[in-house]
Amino acid sequence: MRKMKRRTIIRTEEIFFRVIMFISSMIIAATLFLIIFSIFYKGLPSLSWDMVSQTPKGGFYFGKEGGILNAIVGSLYLAGGSTFLALVIGLPLALFMNIHLLSKTKWVNAIRFCLDLLWGIPSIVYGAFGFTLMIYFGLKTSLLAGIITVTLFILPIMVRAMDEVIKTIPIGLVEASYSLGSTKSETAYRIFFRQTVPGIVTAILLSFGRAIGDAASVLFTTGYTDHMPTSLLQPTATLPLAIFFQLSVPIREVQNRAYASAAILVFIILLISILSRIFARKFYKNQIK
Amino acid sequence: MWIALVLVIILPFLIGIGLFLKSRLILQDVSLWELLFSSQWKPLSGKFGFFPFIVSSLWVTILSLLIAGPICLLTAIHLTQYADNWVLKIMHPVIDILAGIPSVIYGVWGTLVIVPLISNHIAPLFNTETSGYSILAGGIVLAVMIIPFVLNILIEVFRTVPIELTEASLSVGASKWQTIKFIHIRKAFPGIISAFGLGLSRSFGETIAVLMVVGNVAKIPRGVFEPGYPLPALIANNYGEMLSIPLYDSALMLAAFVLLIVVLIFNLASRVLIVRTERYR
Repeated sequence: MRKMKRRTIIRTEEIFFRVIMFISSMIIAATLFLIIFSIFYKGLPSLSWDMVSQTPKGGFYFGKEGGILNAIVGSLYLAGGSTFLALVIGLPLALFMNIHLLSKTKWVNAIRFCLDLLWGIPSIVYGAFGFTLMIYFGLKTSLLAGIITVTLFILPIMVRAMDEVIKTIPIGLVEASYSLGSTKSETAYRIFFRQTVPGIVTAILLSFGRAIGDAASVLFTTGYTDHMPTSLLQPTATLPLAIFFQLSVPIREVQNRAYASAAILVFIILLISILSRIFARKFYKNQIK
Repeated sequence: MWIALVLVIILPFLIGIGLFLKSRLILQDVSLWELLFSSQWKPLSGKFGFFPFIVSSLWVTILSLLIAGPICLLTAIHLTQYADNWVLKIMHPVIDILAGIPSVIYGVWGTLVIVPLISNHIAPLFNTETSGYSILAGGIVLAVMIIPFVLNILIEVFRTVPIELTEASLSVGASKWQTIKFIHIRKAFPGIISAFGLGLSRSFGETIAVLMVVGNVAKIPRGVFEPGYPLPALIANNYGEMLSIPLYDSALMLAAFVLLIVVLIFNLASRVLIVRTERYR
């Protein structure tokens, strides 16, 4: 009798926890849909062609004509430039870690540890650091300063993401490559790189998404302007800051435009996410195990 | 390659040194102790007390972990142990997209949904009045932001519990839930703690989203419905004015330095914990 009772208690406990575990998963999924829904619900009605095709005109911040083309283009320049720079530094580093340092596990782990630490540093600290660098070198707030800061910010993310992919290459493939007489660099770029191209593209897209969405690091360094960016040394508008500044203006039309800008940013992020999903699937299909 | 390598290794130190050099100016004038624990914030008359900001930061950070922690833990167990295929198929993209949404979007969402929710529905429940721009709003928005981050680490942690342990536990007659409760959670405990530690440091440094919903009043908050003013928000909000006063500039750089040190310590401790437990396995 007592055993039976104990058993029912155990079963009820399990069922209880299964239910709340399921509920908590669903809360997370529902939150995401709520976020996307509320942004699109508020943003789409104010979205117009003028928004994405014009720069702010006079009186834009009082609800007059204009759009946020400058911020969209600025963000794309910034994210594109910094992703490119991070790729140039990051790809060799990721390959180097996995080929030349293959036998020095301690070193590789130390580097991974450093990268993880860097990943944890908040973007506002990168912003402040970029700002001190900028002052030190006598630069003004400019696209260039922004690109450098954001590069530092996304470098650890990119290298770690690539590292995770490159790590999966089986040692047999490396040995086969060496036994055919290829050098380390040839192995790196002909074997590792080819095998992992979709994975690397995913890493690039991930970093691009980070770069385009971050506001705190560009606040100090890139500045803000209503003009289209034409040179690396000019201040440049970025989408997150455009949203932020428009939302802090206490005029309804301007705030609605902030929601519309937010909808554009969410759209870009969703696009990146879908693209990287497609590439990731390709990677797993072609992978040699 | 060596240059890139060296850059990555010395970059944390470089950032620390850079910020420290900038903040030395104010440290010469006022002692660190006084700066951290005085609550006078009057930059124009040269009084820089960080205490209200530190307290606000602690409030939102701990609150966000209190909300996100249990949800993440339950979901991680659910996804690694029980979930059907269709749940996994939904949840993986959901976590990825949540992780990719920029913080400014979370901020917009916070002002659109969370802030009115608090002022219209939650605050009346406790018989208080608030504009909604409060510590609680900051905590909720931060919680949503760190959920994908903490969840990913937790899933990883639960996956590394060796299958033999599970088999042994099941074979001596424990039910599945008992196995999870007594074996998995105990085995993964250091991992869980470090995941929470990493989540804490992430929400400690989050800027724009918090800035948009937390109210930004430089006063020590006395409850979750009062507005607060966390450290990152302080730095971001004053970047324009600070240039005119060297001490002000230096004070904000000190704030960034403090932020860096706290985050680094949390990260270091959590990572070391993870590495340790992995070695023992």
